[in-house]
Amino acid sequence: MATENQYLNPRQWVEAHADYLYGYTLSRLNDEEQAKDLVQETFLAALEKVDKFEGKSSERTWLTAILKNKIIDVYRKKSSGLRQADVKVAEEDQQDFFEEDNGHWTKAYAPQPFGIEDHDPLVGKEFNSILQKCMQKLPALWMAVFTMKHMDDATTDIICSELKVTQANFWVIIHRAKLNLRACLQKNWI
Amino acid sequence: MSPLKHIIYNCKQATLLIEKRQFKKLSFREFVELRIHLAGCSVCTLYNKQSQVIHKMVQQLFHDSMQATGVHLDTGFKQELQIRIEEELNK
Repeated sequence: MATENQYLNPRQWVEAHADYLYGYTLSRLNDEEQAKDLVQETFLAALEKVDKFEGKSSERTWLTAILKNKIIDVYRKKSSGLRQADVKVAEEDQQDFFEEDNGHWTKAYAPQPFGIEDHDPLVGKEFNSILQKCMQKLPALWMAVFTMKHMDDATTDIICSELKVTQANFWVIIHRAKLNLRACLQKNWI
Repeated sequence: MSPLKHIIYNCKQATLLIEKRQFKKLSFREFVELRIHLAGCSVCTLYNKQSQVIHKMVQQLFHDSMQATGVHLDTGFKQELQIRIEEELNK
């Protein structure tokens, strides 16, 4: 099996993949220090399992898979605990979005047009930075579910089992996260 | 209220279906309920539009952040990393 290992070249990892893995992590966690730590941990973990590399995927794909699991670990830690305070607060805030008895939008929170309705790619950077800030404000568990679903197209089953969320609760979280995000964008983008 | 009436007049439920639909095919029943709701609710129609744009923007954001431009680790950190790896390899 020795021939398979020639695909891995650990001495070139930093040069070839460090920036990529760093960017990958930053887009998912947006914490520079933590991203650096994870890149380092990924390389060290990879070194330990070099002999398990089967050469079925590229070196980068293999390293990314290791990193991805580490990111999910971070999500899991951040969002563990049965009832996190941040989720509770966000849920309470959302109670005002809809009328309690009939589920209609309340006057105060009903969506208003705010200039994104006609998808304009020129909106660009400024909008993205607000979008990112709004995502950061989501409770950790919502952020984790939302990110995993949008970014990696992870299947719902995987997300549910990784983050210990039921299927029904999964859609509730996707829904709630988006409601919050939209409200935050409307508030900050005008 | 019948279950059908319940959804037709319920924006909370309708917006949940709007989100679900972006990832998953709705059941026939859900599909019909949502269509009826949207036909009569301008606020949710707006929400629907905005929600889809945000969906695209989020995916674009994640996609862009993967492009090589922009993020780079600083050289000092990379050197340390290189040394760590060499150390491990020479153990």
